[in-house]
Amino acid sequence: MKLLTGNDLATGDVIWWTGSGWSLHVGDAVDAGAEGEAILARESEARRVNAGYIIDAEQGANGPLPLHIKERIRASGPTVRADLAINTDIPIVRA
Amino acid sequence: MYRYDNYDQAMVDARVEEFRDQARRRLAGEMTEDQFKPLRLMNGLYLQLHAYMLRVAIPYGTLSGPQMRMLGQIARKYDKGYGHFTTRQNIQYNWIKLEDAADILADLASVEMHAIQTSGNCIRNISSDQYAGVAADEVTDPRPWAELLRQWSSFHPEFSYLPRKFKIAVIASAQDRAAMRLHDIGLELVKKDGVIGAKVFAGGGMGRTPMVAPEIRDFVTEDEIIAYVEACLRVYNRYGRRDNKYKARIKILVHELGVEEYRRQVEEEFAHMKTLGIDPPVAELDRIRSYFADPAYESGLSEEVNRSDPDFALWLDRNVVAHKQPGYAIANISLKPVGGIPGDATAEQIELMADLAERYSLDELRVTHAQNIVLPYVRKADLYALWKELDEAGLGAANLDRISDIIACPGLDYCSLANARSIPVAQKIATRFAGNGKEAAIGEMKLKISGCINACGHHHAGHIGILGVDRKGTENYQLLLGGSGAEDCSLGQITGPGFDENGIVDAVERVTDLYLAQRSEGERFLDTYRRLGMAPFKEAIYG
Ligand code: SF4
Repeated sequence: MKLLTGNDLATGDVIWWTGSGWSLHVGDAVDAGAEGEAILARESEARRVNAGYIIDAEQGANGPLPLHIKERIRASGPTVRADLAINTDIPIVRA
Repeated sequence: MYRYDNYDQAMVDARVEEFRDQARRRLAGEMTEDQFKPLRLMNGLYLQLHAYMLRVAIPYGTLSGPQMRMLGQIARKYDKGYGHFTTRQNIQYNWIKLEDAADILADLASVEMHAIQTSGNCIRNISSDQYAGVAADEVTDPRPWAELLRQWSSFHPEFSYLPRKFKIAVIASAQDRAAMRLHDIGLELVKKDGVIGAKVFAGGGMGRTPMVAPEIRDFVTEDEIIAYVEACLRVYNRYGRRDNKYKARIKILVHELGVEEYRRQVEEEFAHMKTLGIDPPVAELDRIRSYFADPAYESGLSEEVNRSDPDFALWLDRNVVAHKQPGYAIANISLKPVGGIPGDATAEQIELMADLAERYSLDELRVTHAQNIVLPYVRKADLYALWKELDEAGLGAANLDRISDIIACPGLDYCSLANARSIPVAQKIATRFAGNGKEAAIGEMKLKISGCINACGHHHAGHIGILGVDRKGTENYQLLLGGSGAEDCSLGQITGPGFDENGIVDAVERVTDLYLAQRSEGERFLDTYRRLGMAPFKEAIYG
């Protein structure tokens, strides 16, 4: 599956496309299918996302999980600061 | 310390307002990200793995108490309560909001600081010896030169769009505490026939193609240093590769031309530069120099230090070094507590260090390229009281230049360029050696970790270096041995196949165990490695 991610323009927060808007939680993300480029173009233009891009993901127990470790860390927060984690239930290393 | 004159302040203030307007236009949709990105980067604002990251310049790592206090306030008010001191002697904030960035720059400007030229293909923050001005072994104070170079390179129109970024270091001791020869240009101030001048090195660097800078000129008098450096840069600016990012640093040019030919071209350009009269007037250097005059040291201070507290005695032996002035000492504050994040400090710790500088170190601090903090002017009589306060705040680690004093870049926990995490590896190694009790026996050990080939963690220059790589989507760590960023500069060699996160910790211990078994009297790890060569270490690791 394909997820859309990027950063909130004003705050810089990592955000995920939910089908109708953007969420801080990758668990809310939906498969953008073949629509990714078109959605990103529209959302960037409206400044609802900054520096957006498409990533590969798989379905996990609690929702979509990025395939690549870098995106998993983006989704979870720094692994060395559990106190700052956004999503603590994300397995960083793919099983 | 140098203080801004009206020009410095006006330039920095104007830049804040310019950026405020640029950020406003971006937020209002009057600029695209493609248009805005180079503008924010010129002000040190990156978009990193989790958020915007702001890199603040700390010129040659020198800070006043009020400046340090402001760094703490920024961490609290605009970030998540901490900052990260870097190998460039700077500080980075990991959680900046674009909507706050101009206010942060204004706060920085109010204490004579900025984030200009902390990104982009320009001359970056000048680095120097963290003990400048107080080291017993220096021939002169390198800070006036570092400051002169800062002023000369700030907004230098000819060098704002170089082929690649450009880093300059200035030292003035035979002992190199600034990894001078791993810079694009390294200047070592020396005395020849009673005259101060500089030995010039060019073409060093780490990254993808590490190189130790060769000597280009054995002596240039102090009134010609700027013209000579300018000549070095002009040749690079003209012929440096702009077609290939990976070949664009000056080290590639010097390597491809050969030292002789690069030197010939620099000398030719230098002869031309001399006709232009661009060296600053002596009066200007004297004006700058006056800011770095020795403080009014107290005389007749006691040399005695009460060592009855064993924990204090340990810190004293490890973290305190000789000062040029009787009765004073240089105190290193380690930002490497075992299991902590190398180089990170909380807002409270930063503010405490500012307070301690005010009370115990003539209101001045330094940031080291090893991601520690220095209080350069501590009366020996105050050392115990200072240590007590540091220790209570978690800043009392007694491990300077020991195996747990690890340089680690932010790696994949924060950096969007990373291949692997650096910080957890540093934490595991420090914890392993705290547990096995071998740290003291190992003695001097410079262990350096980078999360990718860009080498911000100086892994090439580690006695033991670790490089994180991506192996089919998983983190893997290569081990290097035998590097040094000091006066005996050398580049580490890769031992062989890489390891996973636990395997690399085991491999490091096998390396240090062999050293402990094989060392001769008085040998550091690096000396033993150089004597024995790679083979027995390889055998111990992969056996
Ligand atoms: S070495 Fe690589 S991973 Fe580490 S901070 Fe530099 S660019 Fe990022």
